[in-house]
Amino acid sequence: MDFNTIIQILDSAVRLMTPLLLACLAGLYSERSGIFDIGLEGKMLMAAFTAASVAYVTGSAWLGLLAGIGGSLGLSLIHGVASITFMGNQLISGVAINFLASGLTVLLGQKIFGLGGRTPSLEGPARFSEITLPFADSIRNAPIIGPIYADLISGHSILVYIAFLCVPLTWWVLNRTRFGLRLRAVGENPASVDTAGVSVARLRYAAVAICGILCGIAGAYLATSLSAGFVKEMTAGRGFIALAALIFAKWRPWSALFATFLFGLLEAIANRYPNLDIGPITIPSMFMNALPYILTVIILAGFVGRAIPPRAGGEPYVKER
Amino acid sequence: MAGAVDEQKGRSDAAAPAAIELRGISKSFGPVQANKNISLRVPKGTIHGIIGENGAGKSTLMSILYGFYKPDSGEIQVNGNTLTITDSQTAIRAGIGMVFQHFKLVQNFTVLENIILGAEDGPLLRTSLSKARGVLKQLAQEYQLNVDPDETIEELSVGHQQRVEILKALYRQADILILDEPTGVLTPAEADHLFRILEGLKAEGKTIILITHKLREIMEITDNVSVMRRGEMVASVKTAETSPEELAELMVGRKVLLNVDKAPANPGAPILEVRDLKLVDADGVERLRGISFDIRAGEILGVAGVSGNGQTQLLELLGGYPEKGSKISGSVRMNGETLDLTGTGSDAATRRARGIGHIPEDRQVEGLIMDFAAWENVAFGYHHAPEFNKGLLMDNAAILLDAEQKMERFDVRPRNPNLAARNFSGGNQQKIVVAREIERNPDLLLIGQPTRGVDIGAIEFIHKRIVELRDSGKAILLVSVELDEILSLSDRIAVMFDGRIMGERLPDSTTTGELGLLMAGIVDTENTPDSAGIPPDLKHVEELPQEPA
Repeated sequence: MDFNTIIQILDSAVRLMTPLLLACLAGLYSERSGIFDIGLEGKMLMAAFTAASVAYVTGSAWLGLLAGIGGSLGLSLIHGVASITFMGNQLISGVAINFLASGLTVLLGQKIFGLGGRTPSLEGPARFSEITLPFADSIRNAPIIGPIYADLISGHSILVYIAFLCVPLTWWVLNRTRFGLRLRAVGENPASVDTAGVSVARLRYAAVAICGILCGIAGAYLATSLSAGFVKEMTAGRGFIALAALIFAKWRPWSALFATFLFGLLEAIANRYPNLDIGPITIPSMFMNALPYILTVIILAGFVGRAIPPRAGGEPYVKER
Repeated sequence: MAGAVDEQKGRSDAAAPAAIELRGISKSFGPVQANKNISLRVPKGTIHGIIGENGAGKSTLMSILYGFYKPDSGEIQVNGNTLTITDSQTAIRAGIGMVFQHFKLVQNFTVLENIILGAEDGPLLRTSLSKARGVLKQLAQEYQLNVDPDETIEELSVGHQQRVEILKALYRQADILILDEPTGVLTPAEADHLFRILEGLKAEGKTIILITHKLREIMEITDNVSVMRRGEMVASVKTAETSPEELAELMVGRKVLLNVDKAPANPGAPILEVRDLKLVDADGVERLRGISFDIRAGEILGVAGVSGNGQTQLLELLGGYPEKGSKISGSVRMNGETLDLTGTGSDAATRRARGIGHIPEDRQVEGLIMDFAAWENVAFGYHHAPEFNKGLLMDNAAILLDAEQKMERFDVRPRNPNLAARNFSGGNQQKIVVAREIERNPDLLLIGQPTRGVDIGAIEFIHKRIVELRDSGKAILLVSVELDEILSLSDRIAVMFDGRIMGERLPDSTTTGELGLLMAGIVDTENTPDSAGIPPDLKHVEELPQEPA
């Protein structure tokens, strides 16, 4: 395997990890506030659909992005009302959102475009184009640094850079701001926030809304950057993989970057080597494609050490007598 | 509410407004009237005790004051200003601080983070943190409230966690501090330190409201005391002009015996023989480090100690449900036969079948299923008994009848077996558990904290039943953090510290001072006077780890 191949695989890993990273950070905000969210998948799917549809109709990827965020936020609001205001079961609400998105996207897609649930292919400004960073071309031929900068770091859509910027930003928000302090507190012990005179519900709604926005960006990226349009069930379990990555990362932003990169890398390797030859044995493509899901199962089964979720996670806050 | 803070410096002549003035406060939760037409006046710069049985409405009243509940009617005045306290923020701005019985701290936050939470100076933390650090240092000096600001809460002892709660209130510039059952979780030395802090706060002109059910504390530290009973304020008196007996009578509305009437024990053959019992929990912490004792028929062995010194593990192990992953060694014999400590023969059902009853420490978690009806709870643990079953099905009618009889005999109120356990008061929940276990007539009864959060009337009743069981020739292991309870009930007292039994004493020939030393892990009691509480040099040792870094 030569250096260029490695760069290409890493480049592909970066593209593939981006939706995972965004969804993982989305889940991080929600779960650190104490609201479990297994509806990441559904929100991403809804966002992919609304983004692709609006981008196709208006011809603008940016309007598509806004629509994606809107679609995802709508579902977030449902989750918030169910689990914060009405103190419902967060898992059930999340499952419902996944089913709702799964059915609604195909139904609306068929009704509007008549292509069996797909949207038409996006072209030109309806997709996010790749950005070439300054000097990328002039230093491409420099050894090692050149290809790393020109091929790996440069040449992604704006949403990839946004996703990566979200990592330090999230760390900063969580650890250096008042909002972050309160967010972490409300996920650990909402009574401490309530008795300090801060509204638990308002904080949790804010967290759920941020979750919706990030899922919206993730879905829009899937439909208008990674692919060229919406396809039925195009999220393919990425929301659940993001959840596994979140647990793997122990609900921390920098670890989330690492965890989602691992998943992205596995997917990239599977794409690159559908039938991997190891001496006399050839690993079939089905196994390679299943790798990220296998890793998910391993992580969720607790083989990566104890992950302690936010203490108040999953529990609606009820003032006690 | 803007004038609230300015006014407190005003002259304290007779006409000065009280720190807190409540008029006609009423509050109902569904059919339960928690507060009925309550009026209360707390003068500035005093320590005011509020005392009453569990369910008397003390906590509800204070929660109303702190904006947790809205009263159905009535008026609240703080420093002479009428306020509508709709949320805790309003209460905080009016200068009210509250230290809850169950601390409202974020376990994995540092002390500093907990203190600024909700009282940050701006959207970024940096300035708030450095300001809080300075203020904290100042408060620590002023009131002996030393806590390392960078320690996380889970690393702190309960006593220190409580200091953080007090600091939180002071950081928010509280002039009126409400403490709800503050000494329930403290060692005697810690409680003593708390009282000195409270006296320091009072000297600075702060007003303190102390909610407690411990008469001794009321007598020791308060200036005035108000007594609540069944949602009503029945008396407000100067502490100097009353007595513990009078207060106890006011609380329950009749004379109570604070001492248990019991004949000397008449011990028979050993029922339980425990030898060199060791337990290492799943985290590798040694919880029991070689415990040995006997309990004979017709005898109550009291285990005293500050909670967290292995008593819980001892009860759980004997009861048949030690924490998963614990490593256990040693031997336990019951009626001469060895009990399995591990494996299938060591579970709680087998223990019950061998004649061991268990009143667990936490009735709400281990003793009852809170959402199930009382009649179901009365059968739990014994639901396989033949009289409760008909073939494959449970005989609900028989269980219900049995529950009705037990509730009658144990005076559980309300006498409604269909009510969920959650809807009974603490004392009546405990009576349900006690009825279930005692009525089975076990050879050995394990009891953990039988009267924690239980009102005086129920305490008296439960104590009587325990003594009756002893007198019928049964063995009783009583674990309690209440020294008074240990002293008045036990025939022998074992003191636990750090997983060991530090020594055995007889209740008639020991003192709370001596037991207090043993509870603090100090074995050499030979040279200390009997009557001493905790000696000054021990207090000093207590202080050491809190010096700021």
